[in-house]
Amino acid sequence: MSDTFTKSMARNIFYGGTVFSFLLFLALTFHTQNALPKRDNRAAITPGVTHGKKLWETNDCIGCHTLLGEGAYFAPELGNVYKRRGPDYIRAWIKAQPTGAPGRRQMPQFNFSEKDLDDLVEFFKYTAEINTSHWPPNIEG
Amino acid sequence: MRYQSQAVAKPYFIAAIGLFIAQILFGLVMGLQYVIGDFLFPAIPFNAARMVHTNLLIVWLLFGFMGAAYYMIPEESEAELYSPKLAMAMFWVFLVVGALTIVGYLAVPYARLAQLSGNDILQTMGREFLEQPLPTKAGIVVVALAFLFNITMTVLRGRKTAISSILLLGLWGLAIFFLFSFYNPTNLVLDKYYWWWVVHLWVEGVWELILGALLAFVLIKVTGVDREVIEKWLYVIITLTLVTGIIGTGHHYYWIGAPEYWQWWGSVFSALEPIPFFAMTVFAFNMVNRRRREHPNRVATLWALGTGVMSFLGAGVWGFLHTLAPVNFYTHGTQITAAHGHMAFYGAYVMVVLTIISYSMPILRGREANSPRAQVVEMWSFWLMSVSMVFITLFLTGAGILQVWLQRMSDTPLPFMVVQDKISIFYWMREWTGVIFFIGLVVYVASFFIKGDERPA
Repeated sequence: MSDTFTKSMARNIFYGGTVFSFLLFLALTFHTQNALPKRDNRAAITPGVTHGKKLWETNDCIGCHTLLGEGAYFAPELGNVYKRRGPDYIRAWIKAQPTGAPGRRQMPQFNFSEKDLDDLVEFFKYTAEINTSHWPPNIEG
Repeated sequence: MRYQSQAVAKPYFIAAIGLFIAQILFGLVMGLQYVIGDFLFPAIPFNAARMVHTNLLIVWLLFGFMGAAYYMIPEESEAELYSPKLAMAMFWVFLVVGALTIVGYLAVPYARLAQLSGNDILQTMGREFLEQPLPTKAGIVVVALAFLFNITMTVLRGRKTAISSILLLGLWGLAIFFLFSFYNPTNLVLDKYYWWWVVHLWVEGVWELILGALLAFVLIKVTGVDREVIEKWLYVIITLTLVTGIIGTGHHYYWIGAPEYWQWWGSVFSALEPIPFFAMTVFAFNMVNRRRREHPNRVATLWALGTGVMSFLGAGVWGFLHTLAPVNFYTHGTQITAAHGHMAFYGAYVMVVLTIISYSMPILRGREANSPRAQVVEMWSFWLMSVSMVFITLFLTGAGILQVWLQRMSDTPLPFMVVQDKISIFYWMREWTGVIFFIGLVVYVASFFIKGDERPA
C-alpha cells in the first residue's frame, strides 16, 4: 500500500466501520424484536412448554439432535418432529429407549414421568409452529 | 525472553496442548460412534462425548489466547506484566474449573449435573457450546475479568501499539459477548437469536481480532518487516472482518423464526466474509516475501502461512459454500455445517495458537529457536494435521452433499437414519483420517522433546 494511505487512516476506518456496522446491527435487532411476535409463536408458550424446554436443555438433547437446524448432526431434526411423528409416537419412542439394537446409534433412557412427556410434546408442538420461512424443505427435516 | 513475567505464558501453553490431545481423543470416540452406534454406550453417550470435544476446544483455545496475551503484552508494552502472581492464580482456577466441568460431563448424567450445580437458580445449561454448569460460567467470567484487568493495567502502564489495542479489544469483546450466555428466555427464537451473539460474534467477530493480532505479532518477529506496514495491514483486515462479520450474523437468522429480510442481509454480508481471510493470506505471504531477516525459527513461519491458507479455505471458502440463503435452505444443519466447522476452527484458531506457541515456546525455554531436527519433526506434524484436516473436511462435505440430496432435495426424501446408513462410508474415511490427525498431534508433542543444536536466545 502506498504512503498516502497511512496507519492512522486505516485505524480511523476500522473504528468508524465497526461502530457503524454494530449500530446497524442493533437497529436491525430492534426491528426484529418488534417483528417477532407475529412469527415466533409466543402465544403458545405455556408453563408446559417452559418445562418442556427445560427438560430439552437439562438432558442435553441438542448434543445429538438439531432443533431448527442447530445442534449436533448425530440424530434427527426435532423442530418439526411433532408434525412428522405426532404426539403418541414421540412419547412411545422416548419411553422405548435405548433400543439396544447392536451397532445402532443409541438414545439414553431418561426416565421421564408422564407429565414430563406431556410437556416435551407440548414444547415440540410449539417449536413446530414457529414461522421458519418454510424450513425444513420437507417433513424428513 | 525480554521480560521475566512473560514466563507465565508457558503453563498456559502446556495446558492448552494437553487439553488439545484430550479433545482429539474424544473426537475419535464420536467419529466411531457415527459408524458403530453403540460404541461405549451407555458409559459415554454421544452427547457427552460431544460436549467434552467442543468444550475442550473452547477451553484450550482460551488457554492459548491467554497465554499468547501474557507473552505478547509485556513485549508490546515494554513493561513487566502488572501481576504475574494473579496470572498464575487464574491459571490454576481455570484449569481446576475446566477439569471439574469435564469430569462432571462424564461422571454423572447431564440432568443430575444440572441439578447439582444450581441450574435451577439461573437456567443456562443445555444449549450448544454453552453447556457449562452455572459455576463454570461464573468461573469463566471471573478468570476473564482478572485476566483482562491484568493485561489492561500492563498496557496502560507501557507503550501502546496497534497490536496490543486490537488484542485488548478482541479479548474485552470476548468477555462481554460471553455475558449473553446467561440470557436464556423460554421463547426459542429469542433464545437462539441471542445465543448467536456469543457464538457468531465470537468466532466471526472478536476472536478474529485476536487472531489478527497474534498473527501480526509473529509476522513482525519472524520477518523483521516494519511495524508500521504490518499494523496498517492489520487494521485493513480487521475492518473487513467486522464490517462483513457483524451483519453477517444474519446468515444464522434465516430459518429460526427471525424476519425474512435477514436472508438478504445475511447472504450479502456473509458472502463478503471470505475477503478478510483472503487478505490475511495475501498479507502473510507478502510479509514473509518481504522479510528483512532470516529468523532461525522456520517452523513458526510455516504455521503463520498455514493459518492464512487454512483459515481462508475453512472459514472463507467452506463458509461461502453454504452461506447464501437459497443454498442454506438445503444445507442448514447437515454434515456440510460440520465440514465447515472443522476446517474453520482448525485453520483459524487452532493454527494461530500453534503459531504463537511455535514462535514463543523455544524462547520461553531459553533459546531463539528449536534445533533444526526438532523443527523438521514439527513440520511433519504441521503437514500431517493440516492435510488430514483437509481430507476430514472433504469426506464430511461428501457426506453432506449426499445427505442433502437424499434427505432434502429428492422427490422421495428418505428418513434421517436411512440416509445416515447410506453415507457411512464417508464417516469411516473421516474416522481413519482422524486417526492420522491424531498421529500428527503425537508427532507435534514429540517435537518438544527432540534435542539438537540449539542457538541461545
